[in-house]
Amino acid sequence: MREVAIIGVGMNKWGELWEKSINDIFVEAALEAIDDAGVDHLDAMYVGCMSGGLFNGQEHLASLLSDYLGMGPIPATRVESACASGGLAVKSAIIEVMSGNAEIVLAGGVEKMTDVSGDQATYALATAADQEYEVYQGVTFPGLYAMMARAHMHKYGTTRKQLAAVAVKNHDNGSLNPLAQFPQKVTLDEVMNSVMVADPLRILDCSPITDGAAAIIVCSLETAKKISKKPIVKVIGLGHATDSIALHSRSDLTSLNAVKLAGERAYKMAGKTPADIDLVEVHDCFTIAEIIVTEALGFFEPGKGGPAAESGQTARDGKIPVNTSGGLKSKGHPVGATGVAQVIEVVKQLRGEAGKRQIEKARIGMTQNMGGSGGSSVVHILEKI
Amino acid sequence: MSVPAYRRAMPQRYRYEAGKCKSCGKIFFPPRLICDACKSREFETITLNREGVVKTYTVIHVAPSQFVDQAPYAIGVVELKDGVSLLTQIVDCEFEDLKIGMPVRLEFRKISEDGKAGIIHYGYKCVPI
Repeated sequence: MREVAIIGVGMNKWGELWEKSINDIFVEAALEAIDDAGVDHLDAMYVGCMSGGLFNGQEHLASLLSDYLGMGPIPATRVESACASGGLAVKSAIIEVMSGNAEIVLAGGVEKMTDVSGDQATYALATAADQEYEVYQGVTFPGLYAMMARAHMHKYGTTRKQLAAVAVKNHDNGSLNPLAQFPQKVTLDEVMNSVMVADPLRILDCSPITDGAAAIIVCSLETAKKISKKPIVKVIGLGHATDSIALHSRSDLTSLNAVKLAGERAYKMAGKTPADIDLVEVHDCFTIAEIIVTEALGFFEPGKGGPAAESGQTARDGKIPVNTSGGLKSKGHPVGATGVAQVIEVVKQLRGEAGKRQIEKARIGMTQNMGGSGGSSVVHILEKI
Repeated sequence: MSVPAYRRAMPQRYRYEAGKCKSCGKIFFPPRLICDACKSREFETITLNREGVVKTYTVIHVAPSQFVDQAPYAIGVVELKDGVSLLTQIVDCEFEDLKIGMPVRLEFRKISEDGKAGIIHYGYKCVPI
């Protein structure tokens, strides 16, 4: 197996991009990544997209997007694993380079969610849950995570204020990210008094509907050393696991086994432990998700994720900075692009390009992307060499 | 919802039918073709025990369009006495009386409908015992 590096990143400003098509936003991000890497061609491409069909009436995205990117004949593949599609595109690109099958590979992610009404977007997102035994009953994604939150509160004493602290922290980080959809800071009171969506989760506990794309360039470490003019970020660990899609099929509603297993595999491959990680981008689609994920990845004991968020241990100057980009909560959550953007934030941090949100001396970073209510998860560990 | 998708789930939604592994006894709702515990492919059809307890719950305030007229409504994960868990609405109950551990029973109810000319969806909801 060959060693693999990330040599280019690209991402546009996320938000409601009504004037742009799914093709436009993907190509913008991809061209930026290609320019950042300084490469003159691609050998292959992977595109993460959850539902071009339901959001845009467009499938066959791999060919369409490689055509619009002007890369016509290259092998292009679309990967789908709900909101973990982007992370899975990154994993696929890494493995293709690792295997020696290709030298320079683009991993991108895209979702154009505002071409449909809010209700249609809710329907499209709900396809990441069990249609016949969850969605049929009238549950929504906030509802599924609300039930995890309720169970977590019951078992561990996690509080409403601890959930809100996650949103406050992520919006504070996002206020320093010029590409974030909602860079506004929010207060504890604003989160705790915002509109109720699914008790106990309120609108400011939820990530938004977003249009956006992100792309990275992956190549062998050998090639990176030859062509890269920037600090090289090496991929040292990856992990991927699945769990039952249906929340009710899980033995424990307060933990996320796919995240735990994906994390363990990534740590093992990297030869690292949670104590070695300088920062992490996690899938905070809802505030409770960040709390449970930081527990599943071993940064905190089960039940301690809430108090950790409240006491500032996950802030930029805390024990483990979580979601310095603003996370899904503030940066936005174009589902298929999220996993790729997480990698971009870590690469920027390791290169020292994160501006006002820069974590000093960051050397090893981690990303965790998740599909549905935890039915799949992809974890990557990156190191600056 | 498509007619085939609706019709094939009727034994589960109307009659609480589940699959019990003939080898290790694990019960699957909905039924499956292979047991994830022992990998056996032999099952018998059983009827679920309709009584159980609420493991967790939420009250949905922002609902999908099909359920807007019902909002706010409670939904929970319920563990039935035979060990099977399922997701179901909790009805005939004040929201303030909802709690984890409360005993409930599945009952046959209308779930939603596909507009005026569409299918009326039936299935189970749970009520406090």
